[in-house]
Amino acid sequence: MLINVNMTINGKAVSGQVEARTLLVEFIRDHQRLTGTHVGCDTTQCGCCTVHVDGKAVKSCTMLAVQATGKSVITIEGLAQPDGTLHPVQEAFREHHGLQCGFCTPGMVMMGVDICRRHPNADEHTVRHELEGNICRCTGYQGIVEAIMDASAKMAGGKA
Amino acid sequence: MENFAYHTPASVADAAKLLDANEDAKLMSGGMTLLPTLKQRLAAPSDLIDLAKIPDIKGVCRDGDELVIGAMTTHAEVHENALVRELIPGLASLAGQIGDPAVRHRGTIGGSCANADPAADYPAGTLGHGATFVTNKRKIAADDFFLGLFETALEPGEIIVGVRFPIPVWSHYQKLRHPASGYAVVGVLVAQTKSGVRVAVTGAGPSAFRATAMEEALTKDFSVKAIESIKIDTADLNNDIHASAHYRAHVVTVLAKRAVAAR
Repeated sequence: MLINVNMTINGKAVSGQVEARTLLVEFIRDHQRLTGTHVGCDTTQCGCCTVHVDGKAVKSCTMLAVQATGKSVITIEGLAQPDGTLHPVQEAFREHHGLQCGFCTPGMVMMGVDICRRHPNADEHTVRHELEGNICRCTGYQGIVEAIMDASAKMAGGKA
Repeated sequence: MENFAYHTPASVADAAKLLDANEDAKLMSGGMTLLPTLKQRLAAPSDLIDLAKIPDIKGVCRDGDELVIGAMTTHAEVHENALVRELIPGLASLAGQIGDPAVRHRGTIGGSCANADPAADYPAGTLGHGATFVTNKRKIAADDFFLGLFETALEPGEIIVGVRFPIPVWSHYQKLRHPASGYAVVGVLVAQTKSGVRVAVTGAGPSAFRATAMEEALTKDFSVKAIESIKIDTADLNNDIHASAHYRAHVVTVLAKRAVAAR
């Protein structure tokens, strides 16, 4: 039996028919063809699939598509301005070399935006604690942590 | 995962009816344990009853000398709530140590307690504060709630609607966090309540339990010295690849001392 789901993704109203067991990340990637959101572990550990649901970072591999009905979803594709201007967190990742292979990056950036929302001028300890649910196997995290601290300071200062 | 029928009842009564009508149904709150369990096909319920659309079992309010937390209140909400931070900061701190931020945005206090994972944080939080679970049928003291490994006093068809925390004089939670899972290898909550000192331990045994010898010692003398030589009996403690029973017993004492030192 298929269920109707309706939500907005990156500001655009979308709908579809899914099985009850369809995960939000499957709806985003396979139904909506927004493949910026990645699936790393599929077991709620790595954070590659992090998106925002009603403004809060969640792991879209551990939420059903039907649970997002009526909600606003933002994925990595929805962060930059329409003219291509990067979000301050994306810009900071570029500036601080916060990525190497890039697989974890969409989730890292989405979690980074959530950290900046909750922690203006976040210090290193806070950023590292808040990144516990996002795994990177390349960078050693240093550039990622620096990028989020920098973006957090810039966003708090209204410069971004 | 196997497919299932999905329900979003608008009231606790409707959720209970659905539970009664479908023998293999399961309740879902945040789904942070249930969805991974379904993915691994460790469970295959016929029906999933999502409690997210029930309006009156979410949020925090004060009722006299108690703080009432709705079952569907997320860990992030408990962590950030101004009332919890003011009245039971030890509980706000505990909630902020569960899992990771994305998990805290979805996981709930009712779901965590109903699941009764031996290494979850809230069992120590509720037991340590002498909280009371309010269900659709009755009230259950935390002392009578956690019965064993993933086992609670909840009966079939019974749904947690909220948790009532007596506001303590002081409380503090200390946790040795498993670096990969975020669960407690050992977690200890020490509380000075109006009815005495309580020490609750999670992660160390099959379910959360009270360290009564420490409670007695701290009642006589609330100091680190009073408990430094008290060791938990290792006979009933967990012994696995993460930590031996002896190590866990040692860590219980270390964390209890750190909690008392934070007073």
